[in-house]
Amino acid sequence: MSDRLFITVDGNEAVALVAHKINEVIAIYPITPSSPMGEFSDLYSSKGEKNIFGTIPEVYEMQSEGGASGAVHGALQTGALTTTFTASQGLLLMIPNMYKIAGELTATVFHVAARSLAMQGLSIFGDHQDVMGVRQTGFALLASNSVQEAHDFALISQAATLHSRIPFLHFFDGFRTSHEVSRIEVLGDEVLKAMIDTDLVEAHRKRGLSPEHPVLRGTSQNPDVYFQGRESVNSYYLALPQILQQQMDKFAELSGRHYRLFDYIGDGEATRILVLMGSGAETVEESVAYLNGQGEKVGLIKVRLALPFAVEAFLDALPKSVESIAVLDRTKEPGSVGEPLYHDVVTALFERRDTLPFAMPTIIGGRYGLSSKEFTPAMIIAIYDELAKASPKNHFTIGIEDDVTFTSLLYDPDFVLENPTQFQAVFYGLGSDGTVGANKNSIKIIGTETDHYAQGYFVYDSKKSGSMTISHLRFGIEPIHSTYLIQKADFLGVHQAVFLEKLDLLEIAKPGAVFLLNTPYPKEEAWYRLPRVAQEHIIAKKLKFYAIDAYRVAKASQMGARINTIMQTCFFAISGVLPKEEAIKKIKGSIQKTYGKKGDQIVQMNYDAVDNTLENLFEVEVPSHISSTLELHSPLKGKFDPFVGEVIGAITAYKGDTLRVSQMPPDGTWPTGTSQYEKRNIGHEVPVWDRDTCIQCNKCVSACPHSVIRSNVFDASWMEGAPEGFVAKKAKGKKFGENDLFTISVAVEDCTGCALCVEVCPAKNKSQTNLKAINMMPQFPLRESGSTQWDFFLSLPKIERALLDHDDLKESQFLEPLFEFSGACPGCGETPYVKLVSQLFGDRMVVANATGCSSIYGGNLPTTPWRKNDQGRGPAWSNSLFEDNAEFGLGFRLAIDNHADHAKSLLEGLQPKLCAGLVEDILQAPQRDEKQINAQRERIVILKHALEAVDDAEAKTLLELCDYLVKKSVWIIGGDGWAYDIGYGGLDHVLASGKNVNILVLDTQVYSNTGGQQSKATLTGAVAKFAAGGKGAVPKDLAAMAINYENVYVAKVAMGANDQATVKAFIEAERYDGPSIIIAYSHCVAHGYDLRYGFDQQKRAVDSGLWPIFRFNPERIKEGENPMTLDSKGPKIDVKDFMYRETRFKMVEKMNHTAAGEFLVTAAHTAQTLHKRYVNLHEYYKPSEEV
Amino acid sequence: MDLSTTFLGFTLKNPLIASASPLTASLESIRKLEDNGIAAVIIHSLFEEEINRELRQIDHFLHANSESYAEALSYLPAGVDFENIQAENYLKEIMRVKAAVSIPVIASLNGVSAGGWAKYAKKLQEAGADALELNITYIPTSVDMEGPTIEQMYIDTVSTVKKHISIPLNVKMNAYFSNPANMAKRLVEAGADGLTIFDNPSRVDVDLELLTALRQANITSSASLSETLRWCAILYNKLGCSLCANTGIHSGQDVLKAVMSGADATALASVLLLHGEGEIRNILHDLTSWMQEHEYESISQMKGSISLSHTDNPSAYERNSYMHALQHYRS
Repeated sequence: MSDRLFITVDGNEAVALVAHKINEVIAIYPITPSSPMGEFSDLYSSKGEKNIFGTIPEVYEMQSEGGASGAVHGALQTGALTTTFTASQGLLLMIPNMYKIAGELTATVFHVAARSLAMQGLSIFGDHQDVMGVRQTGFALLASNSVQEAHDFALISQAATLHSRIPFLHFFDGFRTSHEVSRIEVLGDEVLKAMIDTDLVEAHRKRGLSPEHPVLRGTSQNPDVYFQGRESVNSYYLALPQILQQQMDKFAELSGRHYRLFDYIGDGEATRILVLMGSGAETVEESVAYLNGQGEKVGLIKVRLALPFAVEAFLDALPKSVESIAVLDRTKEPGSVGEPLYHDVVTALFERRDTLPFAMPTIIGGRYGLSSKEFTPAMIIAIYDELAKASPKNHFTIGIEDDVTFTSLLYDPDFVLENPTQFQAVFYGLGSDGTVGANKNSIKIIGTETDHYAQGYFVYDSKKSGSMTISHLRFGIEPIHSTYLIQKADFLGVHQAVFLEKLDLLEIAKPGAVFLLNTPYPKEEAWYRLPRVAQEHIIAKKLKFYAIDAYRVAKASQMGARINTIMQTCFFAISGVLPKEEAIKKIKGSIQKTYGKKGDQIVQMNYDAVDNTLENLFEVEVPSHISSTLELHSPLKGKFDPFVGEVIGAITAYKGDTLRVSQMPPDGTWPTGTSQYEKRNIGHEVPVWDRDTCIQCNKCVSACPHSVIRSNVFDASWMEGAPEGFVAKKAKGKKFGENDLFTISVAVEDCTGCALCVEVCPAKNKSQTNLKAINMMPQFPLRESGSTQWDFFLSLPKIERALLDHDDLKESQFLEPLFEFSGACPGCGETPYVKLVSQLFGDRMVVANATGCSSIYGGNLPTTPWRKNDQGRGPAWSNSLFEDNAEFGLGFRLAIDNHADHAKSLLEGLQPKLCAGLVEDILQAPQRDEKQINAQRERIVILKHALEAVDDAEAKTLLELCDYLVKKSVWIIGGDGWAYDIGYGGLDHVLASGKNVNILVLDTQVYSNTGGQQSKATLTGAVAKFAAGGKGAVPKDLAAMAINYENVYVAKVAMGANDQATVKAFIEAERYDGPSIIIAYSHCVAHGYDLRYGFDQQKRAVDSGLWPIFRFNPERIKEGENPMTLDSKGPKIDVKDFMYRETRFKMVEKMNHTAAGEFLVTAAHTAQTLHKRYVNLHEYYKPSEEV
Repeated sequence: MDLSTTFLGFTLKNPLIASASPLTASLESIRKLEDNGIAAVIIHSLFEEEINRELRQIDHFLHANSESYAEALSYLPAGVDFENIQAENYLKEIMRVKAAVSIPVIASLNGVSAGGWAKYAKKLQEAGADALELNITYIPTSVDMEGPTIEQMYIDTVSTVKKHISIPLNVKMNAYFSNPANMAKRLVEAGADGLTIFDNPSRVDVDLELLTALRQANITSSASLSETLRWCAILYNKLGCSLCANTGIHSGQDVLKAVMSGADATALASVLLLHGEGEIRNILHDLTSWMQEHEYESISQMKGSISLSHTDNPSAYERNSYMHALQHYRS
């Protein structure tokens, strides 16, 4: 054994470190939570890191997981050691190839960060549903339970697959293991080389297709031989368990860590046994030690090889004293007698019932931990207790309260397994403040520079803006097996004081724990600013209370709003986990390591922050009595129905775990319009309208990504009831009368403070040109008055929709948005378009939303932004999958058309019983604009009345269907990852269908939701994940491809460059009776600049020629007009003037100056090519008389 | 005819130097300058603020929004290697230029702080620069900042940089000091081996449509030469350092005027941007023609001949020359 080297990494990195070393080809596609494995591999290869065979693995991003598995299959068939990483639906997309790979006895390992499947709702979190969904493919399933095991099993599985020729699926729990940062012993190359038999690698290569020794695979077989062929592989599967155990034994000799197919942990005479796999087994191990310490006799079998299920090895692992067994599955198979592992255990024991060395035990099965549901010692104790009963409950659930079918076991939620050797710390931070990064760094310091074990697990919010992060850190001299959140903390760091106003964070503090608060208040005031409940905990538990104004220190240290280093220094200074002096030295060492490559200045800035911290950290003297009267804010505000209050309110208050099964909608149907109740108050500054400067252009309203800025025109008489501070001015425009007033109002409690509105405002204050008609001001002093003004604004009558010109930007912005207060990032470039669609067509639209950012800010619990208008109409929204969205939306169209046709035919049939004129009007009604649609709605109201009077079955059916006689607008919305890559096949098919659907591509030029992986839309020269050195290829021109059909409406828009053309595009696209596609430039946090300048950059993108904007309207061809409207005039500025204002481009110059120069040349060429392409199209389509 | 001159201890084949500008930003254009007869080149400036700002921005945006949301723990690839984060590419460019041309190569640093510069100055020397030019153009906007504080900042910067290099140090200075001559003296005492006299490189304007202030590049003409001539004339032979005339050198006549006023060399930028590198040949041609016509043998012969101490009309450089000019205009 070589010298032991410890590192602190998460599960994904632990696997990537091995997989990259022992493979030659890696084909990947991003999907949470497995994406980092691909990203690490890409990074290693981009840095020229070699595998143990001396080559740099080819890491290739594909267009989907289906594509990745196809590429893997191909590379394997051509003799390369090949792997992939995936999860969830991604794994399901690989199934067809997995059958092929297994059927051809091909050695490979797929590494899977196991994740829930999208059913009643999508979940990115961990369970075994995906893995259990591929049991039938012929892959061996190997489970690792911890970060160390994931590292080790990545190697063992590769060795075993080469020996057995059975492909392996190596899996570990998504997030709990994939994202847990842990101290592990790293495997050196010598171990890797010793485990990977070069003869077997050679044999694998020789099996590859080569014209030098040609063979043929993939034949089509017939009834005479196919069956025998299937059975021909049995011996390989029979041999596999022994081969794997041999490799585990060999690994033990090399590493000192010995694994078995089934590892038994517990008392040698245990009577009650749990059987499970994955990270939960670690917590069971911890609980078993506790229970046996209490004199119980319990045990645990950790299942390593889940499939093929090695019956003999399993029976050998069971202690002879066994009396009852609970098999725990982290999955659910509705309708099945039990879940897969339970089935295998029951079958194994039943089949050997005559030869068992013990009496047939009682066997029960249960489900736990779906979607990373907590699995704690208290739950485990409840299961062992259940096993002790004479008739234990079978098919139980644990961790939830099932009050519908009563499957759940009761457990003591207050039980906490004390572990005196561990130091447990919990930190509450804001997404953007660097808390998680600092904690990962602290783990690294302790895990690699001391003898202590360290573990970090991080819980993130469901919102992309202003989100809370919770870091759970454990340190100890013993290995850490606790795979659940910290329940009692020795240290609590609250990095944002505002959290204390909403949540009872100190509840989990142990008596005598240290409490650190980042507060803007000085020493003498800090105590008095705490809410009552916080003071109670501090006094009752005798907490040591320290405070610092970290933002002041950060500012003084030129750190901006990043308080990571400051809060980390505080932690080490007062927690006592390391001697203070030593800790500070280590922090500084770590700063040098982390920032050294970015220059001395960044290093010095952080050093200064450390020193300034120590000078500004103070202990708060705790009085003996509670003085605060400040109560916690209620999570929701406003008038809402009980479901919203009880269910959504609980989730918002971080109490979702307490909700019962009966409270959940069983089919995943949720009400819309709930984001209005969650007043998040996350904007430090919010816009304030300057009435006198305003020119009433409504640009701020259109740009606002969170729909918090609204305008209205109303009669002056309404001002009588206006609250203080609510102002208005005489309305401009021919449509408005003498008494009409214009106002702009801001939902200050919902604003994220992005300031995009300020940047788009064209009006400057005449006396002070650094002020505009809308200006950012501190939110706190405005909270109350702003909220009152907003409520009054909402109570004002709205302008009649039919009176407004919808294709005029200014007038369109008087339309009520039916998409508001989403969880999108501050300054989001997508949501202004989404909001616009909702304004224009929201009251009659159905949305098919591809998985991605727009499905997350559009449909992530607890609160959602799509809402209804006062008439109860609004967008109906659904998300199917990532890959099928165009088809999903087409399905909407087919159904709606069918309903409408059905209604028309019923109407025609019922004509004799109805007013003939009405029927005729309804059937012939044009519905091209709001007026015509309103007229049709009014006819339908009359029709409904008439139908109610007709006693006829068909009339009743028509009553149900007649709303479909009002035009419905089908919108298919998604990002470029969907439209250009994974969903392109479907999108293309839908474009070719001729059906009236509207496709909106929110083009951020990366996979934004999963963290900025490149797509085929990524611009040349942009750095993205999987294009770490900058993308070399030219982006796909999706618009040109769509135009080729000639009967598709195609628009490329950029609201920041031309908002008027954007609105026209949406109106024209929707009006066009055929397929339409709008490709909308959407700036994104992944571009790396302050998004308040998002619209400015959109303009630069258009002016550079890299994003030409135009509209291609096939309707105009029929009218003898040119269908092509060019809304931009070709390159006006150097591409560099657009590109180098964004980190994604600029960083290439810092990484590789030569490549950066070449990218600029390519980009400039692309700009010219695009210009010529669209000018040529314009010329081509010129009507003959023009030519 | 001998066009050679000495500047910063180098013997230049003629008094024409290419000032730091986009034309001195690439090896290709520097080669063209050399081919057309330029005697030395000042590489385009390394801007301290730019390096610092870019570093901070990249550091900021690589981390901004990271570790906030479970699906996207970062938005740009982490752990990439930067090869040009601290002007490494600029240093490489100097090495390339140095290897490719035979004329003196002067590196140029532009910034204001004493701290950051010293490090870069050293790196530039190590990269092979024959000399270093500092451009300290600090425009104070605080009404509380007193003149002596700013002057001291200049002095401190020069002395700090000087300690870190052994190659000649040239300082670019304008005439916006209470006593520019005294400032020049102090800069030389602080370590400057040469001074380049120049007027401000950028101009301010107002855009009446956008209602905003504009900063525009100052493309000069011969008419811009005045202040440079005055201070070359005043400083000639007084400080024991080289003098270079910058701002407004557009013709052979301008070169002659500058040299006669006391400049050892003249630095060209606008004229080359306007007319290209080939203009160097025209300037040299004019210069030699004039010298031939007027029977001058060498540059050194005329150097400083119309300086304050050598001119027949010293009052031209003094305040009352303004009165004379006005009277002359009236008449």
